[in-house]
Amino acid sequence: MNENVLNAGRTGAAGAWLHRFANPGRFLRLVRPALPWLAVFSILITGTGLVWGYGFAPADWQQGDASRIMYVHVPAAWVAMAGYAALAGCSFFSIVWRHPLADLAAEEIGPVGAGFTFVCLVTGSLWGKPMWGAYWVWDARLTSVLVLFFLYLGHIALIRAFDNPAHGHRAAAILALVGAINLPIIVYSVQWWNTLHQGNTISFTGNSKIYITMLYPLLIASVGFYLCFVTLVCARMCAAIMERRTRGLLLAAADRGA
Amino acid sequence: MNFAPFINGSYGVTLVFLLGLGGLTFARYRRAVRRLRAVETREAAR
Repeated sequence: MNENVLNAGRTGAAGAWLHRFANPGRFLRLVRPALPWLAVFSILITGTGLVWGYGFAPADWQQGDASRIMYVHVPAAWVAMAGYAALAGCSFFSIVWRHPLADLAAEEIGPVGAGFTFVCLVTGSLWGKPMWGAYWVWDARLTSVLVLFFLYLGHIALIRAFDNPAHGHRAAAILALVGAINLPIIVYSVQWWNTLHQGNTISFTGNSKIYITMLYPLLIASVGFYLCFVTLVCARMCAAIMERRTRGLLLAAADRGA
Repeated sequence: MNFAPFINGSYGVTLVFLLGLGGLTFARYRRAVRRLRAVETREAAR
């Protein structure tokens, strides 16, 4: 059989499978019962990571107690980047398969991701002052994260800028996909350019330059931050679905009354 | 150098953000649930 036909069939099957699971009603039925559990685990794990990092992790031999800022700064940075990757993924699904749930997810990821990026910038700035003597330098890592923050703000503004919501979602999805080029720039900025920001400390290939007593609280805080992000986005998506359903019911009632 | 203001500031900003956004999200979620239930009940009564 022609390879194109085979590929088209495969894409069609994948699209059908995604459509089945991207149904807003099914999403609500699946996620709503899990939300309280997600919230409890988010609070417990984030709390453990932050208390461990703030009060019990050892101070760095060079930076002293200032290194404790790492336990909020690094998880916020990771979540900010992962959030943007999720935003770009949803935008891709939205453009290719036109999933209403992908549009909804992108709309709700934007403000949460922007918040985590803001936390990353502020905590980084507060770490920079005692270490570098300045709250801000136009270093490649800092500047690329600032660009990420502006991309989030642009996405939030663009998605709400059109009278027709579908146009807003389409324009914002294109911005999110184009902006995804910033993610590898953030990750490799410390290798490509001579930066004041330190190089990568943690590696998944076994060359981590961090002692285990500092790594554990950092990983726990990171898992907690990821859980917070997922919980917040899921709760906002559920709320948005219910708001739309309410609006639909009210409009239908108004139509019947007219 | 006294690092305490920088450390406390970082943790403070993070906690205010997490608790603030969590609170706002929870309030929006509860409002959405309440409004949908009210509209569905009213529609069912018609």
